[in-house]
Amino acid sequence: MSQSVRAFPAAARDALADPQLRTNLRNATHTIREKRDGVVAELPDWEELREAGRAIKADVLAHLDEYLLQFEEAVTGAGGQVHWAQDGAEANQVVLEIARAHAVSELVKVKSLTTDEIGLNAALAAGGVHALETDLAELILQLDGDWSSHILVPAIHRNRTEIRDIFRRTIADASVSDDPRELAEAARVYLREKFLTARMAVSGANFGVAETGTVCVVESEGNGRMCTTLPPVLVTILGIEKLIPTFNDLEVFLQLLPRSSTGERMNPYTSLWTGITPGDGPQEFHVVLLDAGRTRVLADEVGRQALHCIRCSACLNVCPVYSRTGGHAYGSVYPGPIGAILTPQLQGIEHAPSLPFASSLCGACYEVCPVKIDIPTVLLHLRAKAVRATGGRREQLAMKTAGWVFGGRRRFKIAQRLGRLAQRPFISHAMIRRLPGPLADWTRTRDLHPLSSESFRDWWDHRT
Amino acid sequence: MRVALFITCIGDMVLPEVGRATVTVLERLGHEVVFPKEQTCCGQMHVNSGYRVEAERLAKRFVEIFGDYDTVVSPSSSCVGTMRELHPELHGRLFELSELLVYRLGVTDVGASFPHRVAYHPTCHSLRVTRVGDAPLRLLGAVKGLELVELPDARECCGFGGTFAIKNADTSAAMVIDKCQAIVATGATVLTALDSSCLLQIGGRLSREGANVRTMHLAEILARATTR
Repeated sequence: MSQSVRAFPAAARDALADPQLRTNLRNATHTIREKRDGVVAELPDWEELREAGRAIKADVLAHLDEYLLQFEEAVTGAGGQVHWAQDGAEANQVVLEIARAHAVSELVKVKSLTTDEIGLNAALAAGGVHALETDLAELILQLDGDWSSHILVPAIHRNRTEIRDIFRRTIADASVSDDPRELAEAARVYLREKFLTARMAVSGANFGVAETGTVCVVESEGNGRMCTTLPPVLVTILGIEKLIPTFNDLEVFLQLLPRSSTGERMNPYTSLWTGITPGDGPQEFHVVLLDAGRTRVLADEVGRQALHCIRCSACLNVCPVYSRTGGHAYGSVYPGPIGAILTPQLQGIEHAPSLPFASSLCGACYEVCPVKIDIPTVLLHLRAKAVRATGGRREQLAMKTAGWVFGGRRRFKIAQRLGRLAQRPFISHAMIRRLPGPLADWTRTRDLHPLSSESFRDWWDHRT
Repeated sequence: MRVALFITCIGDMVLPEVGRATVTVLERLGHEVVFPKEQTCCGQMHVNSGYRVEAERLAKRFVEIFGDYDTVVSPSSSCVGTMRELHPELHGRLFELSELLVYRLGVTDVGASFPHRVAYHPTCHSLRVTRVGDAPLRLLGAVKGLELVELPDARECCGFGGTFAIKNADTSAAMVIDKCQAIVATGATVLTALDSSCLLQIGGRLSREGANVRTMHLAEILARATTR
């Protein structure tokens, strides 16, 4: 994730011009939105749960050093091995070495954003190891050479006809139809063989319990559970912010997460494992604790709440920007409002300065966030950082001038008078239809109401 | 009651009719409106664009100008919300117009008459920052002859977002196009809201489309009295 992301406005323009994408996104986001609203409304204590989730995460971040050591001790005590990785490259190297030690050339993977963040698949491929995605949506993308555009529904930008075509080109014959059952069956036939023969699996994790060393993966398909139980070697990559203090804390998050993400009361598969169990499941278990910028985010008092995120994607589904542009416009594995605050912090603001501006600040994200991340506030905080780091000269001049003009009523009055003169050539039928300069971006799609011939204060002054 | 009016920069420059309507409504109810002349802009554009130094200077100026008044009103939920967030001491003194009327003055029927089909767009700031609740709907419900129609996906942003409308013009346009489609489909002839800025965005798009819907601030509707 060290490359700079493409500026959002240009990437969004491309996405907005794709009518199929617009339809797919609208249908999908609106469906999940409604489901989420329905199941959240069932819980009278939803606000208390949100507050509990926020408080637990804030406590974890405040005492992360202690919880990490506690987790390491518990995992080791249960027969697992713990590796510490400062960045993605270190984490990838750990996984590659484990694969080499077992002479593995293909491994199976549970859907994991964290491994996407650090480019694990590419790093393994460069080392001669093929990482096979087993989450249905991730598999579709991998077969197509595409990448995820949604945290929870990675192939949200594809409809079933498009998926049928991808399968026909890759794992199925030409007889497969776009019937979801047939598509799922084609994937099942392909994947079952892989699960039964794989000798190593890699997973991410939703939660790591410091108290017990337990790792928790929440999923819908059961393919993740195949990965975490069948192959003899299992490696879990865990972002250090994913810890929770105690096993009991899962109670809060296992209510918050499925309702916020898929709009279900409970997700179909919740896998929990603690170290190794002799004679059952993987007999070698590794955890890689990944920093990759997280401690830097932690140092920022306003921005650190982004680390509360439990990757539910509720903020994507309600976002008026995401639901129109889709995830690829954000240029990162973390799209949508949470991506707009997470990516610039993990990568450094200079690598993604346009992302904090990819929001109308409508606040819908904050309203649904199950751990109460105040995304609009963090966006504003990061905007100020972006301006300091990379602000354009013209914009700085305009903003400073506006600040000066608003600094006194006489200046403000004179500026209004000048504006009224300047706008004259552009007014037709009481509206401004086309303007030059930066305001041309407004008038391309909208008329602009001109400055009034009599300001309010002039009217007030002349009132008897 | 003596009420200081914060007109906002857009309200002074672009849509002074909103401020005039605010004065009309308050005076009709027997209140005294004062207009502190030093006022300009609250600095919200600077806050939202990442210009903290300028924003803080303007917000401080706002507090200096309005700090001595017991009651301040503004026909802009976004400016009110922003100022209250930046200066919590303004809570209980600085009100958006519908809040002042319904919660502070206890009035829902302001004696207005407006026999038209009206759609109400709850702006994001009025919903989620200023949190005006159902005050505007109660006021609209008491306007004689007014038919309020339901706006589909009403809570979805119109795409204004300050400089967002220019920096991310394509996304902003996609949002307002959807909003206008929903508005036109209601058959309303008037679209109302609590923020002039959002009304400029929606009105600008409706005008470009040649749609037969005009935008009016809530204050303008409330100012329309029965003529005898």
